[in-house]
Amino acid sequence: MGKRWANRIALGVLWLCGITTVLVLGAVILYVFVRGIGQITPEFILTRPYGVNAEGGIGPTIVATIYVTGLAMLITTPIAVLAAVYLAEYAVQGRLVNAIRFAADTLASVPSIVMGLFGFAFFVEAMGLGFSVLSGALALSFLMLPIVMRATEEAIRAVPRFIRWGSYGLGASKWQTVSRIVLPSALPRILTGLILAMGRAVGETAVVIFTMGQAINMPFTPLDSGRSMTVHLYTLAMEGINMDAAYGTALLLMVMILFFNLSARWLTARNRKVKE
Amino acid sequence: MTPLSGAARPEALEGAAKFTVRDLDFYYGDFHALTGMNIDVRENSVTAFIGPSGCGKSTFLRCLNRMNDLIPGTRIDGTITLDGEDIYGPGVDPVDLRRRVGMIFQQPNPFPMSIYDNVAFGPRLHGIKKKEELDQIVEQALMRANLWKEVKDIMERGGLTLSGGQQQRLCIARVLAVQPDVLLMDEPCSAIDPTSVQKVEDLMAELKSSVTIIIVTHNMQQAARVSDETAFFLQERQGEPAELIEFGRTAEIFTSPHDRRTEDYITGRFG
Ligand SMILES: Nc1ncnc2c1ncn2[C@@H]1O[C@H](COP(=O)(O)OP(=O)(O)OP(=O)(O)O)[C@@H](O)[C@H]1O
Ligand SMILES: [Mg+2]
Repeated sequence: MGKRWANRIALGVLWLCGITTVLVLGAVILYVFVRGIGQITPEFILTRPYGVNAEGGIGPTIVATIYVTGLAMLITTPIAVLAAVYLAEYAVQGRLVNAIRFAADTLASVPSIVMGLFGFAFFVEAMGLGFSVLSGALALSFLMLPIVMRATEEAIRAVPRFIRWGSYGLGASKWQTVSRIVLPSALPRILTGLILAMGRAVGETAVVIFTMGQAINMPFTPLDSGRSMTVHLYTLAMEGINMDAAYGTALLLMVMILFFNLSARWLTARNRKVKE
Repeated sequence: MTPLSGAARPEALEGAAKFTVRDLDFYYGDFHALTGMNIDVRENSVTAFIGPSGCGKSTFLRCLNRMNDLIPGTRIDGTITLDGEDIYGPGVDPVDLRRRVGMIFQQPNPFPMSIYDNVAFGPRLHGIKKKEELDQIVEQALMRANLWKEVKDIMERGGLTLSGGQQQRLCIARVLAVQPDVLLMDEPCSAIDPTSVQKVEDLMAELKSSVTIIIVTHNMQQAARVSDETAFFLQERQGEPAELIEFGRTAEIFTSPHDRRTEDYITGRFG
């Protein structure tokens, strides 16, 4: 009797804690959706803001966000993937490798405002890139690097030993095995890591405000400055300029990030199916 | 000791030695896994390795194509020659060696790509690009592996969509496509269905005219059916290195083994 009740209560508590996560997510999405949906029109997405109250749309900020994230991804991917290949396949496991891993993990936990400050000092000022999409992308890539590197390393390690041995057994060299068997097998998981890192970059505020600037430009070359959606949202809301537009921007941001997370999930699920 | 403790080679058998192993010791870091192994593997025959689990059969097999080189911290003493050439000698590239000495594993391990690409993988590695040439190699390899009839119309399907037994024959075809002289098979039949086991045993009989085969098996009936010679491995005490207890003609090993331990093992396994 007592045992059975204890069991039921424990189960109930666990269930409640689990369901809390879903409820929190639901509440955030619902709130932003209700407040923001009225704003979403083709005009809002396509045109630029005007007037003291930032009426009109947020077009340039969407472009700046996608631009800076895309560029950051182009910078991050080759470095992160090659570094991970080195760590997982070539480096002699020891102190140096542990140091690299520790550095990557610590890099991942550096507060983004600190990263922004560093990006400002280094890229904007010292390297003379100014407030620009390029400065923003470089600083963001610092943020993405450890995420993508870790994901890639784990993806590579998850490729079964037997598959590698099959390749070595046919007289493949190490590089042939890595490039033709290991990386293609690991690709879905690497892409998942990339997508999650991009979601992180899209939502980043502190880093881009310090490096890309705040001017509402339609950025064209990588050396143009721009204002990201997050910075726009921050400015609108903090200065109480236009709360409706702020919620509209927030909703669009959520949609983008949700899209990234769902694609990551889809990739993982599809990958599992292929394996079975 | 047994009469075979020196150079282990049954007098009665003819034919050149493919592999000659002398005084082989093998270590995984501090763990001494194999000691004092001597064996001559005859060309174009089937040699079976038997023995209890953990007695180093796979380890020994991986010495023969230097697959153990891929495991950090391993060390080998003694000599192994293939066609008279020391495979651990300077100037021997393990990558070239593995092309000559193919390996099949217990768990079928097709690559996550199409059936065709699986078989064409090896030839492509070694620089064959022409479509007609590849087509011909792939078809021949699949025929030799007893799989052609089943897959000839589904060449573009993923290798992983095949049944376990078909996957294993696909892996055999993949190895045959690079024209190895030797085929090392590590328990190739223990994870597949009986029909496929039959087909694998058949293809071994067909292949042995052109390929030297070494097979590790826990199935005594299989060893008796497919092999010409049999080697019995044993690790007598936990933590001690394994030894080669007896090596000879399969018929002899199974009917009148010289060593008491061989007899105990075989009768135990048959019983
Ligand atoms: N990579 C490794 N590192 C360290 N020790 C290993 C490694 N692989 C095998 N061993 C050890 O070497 C010994 C021989 O193992 P091996 O796999 O060669 O035996 P086996 O005869 O093939 O066994 P089974 O019949 O179960 O396949 C075992 O004690 C095993 O624990
Ligand atoms: Mg084994």
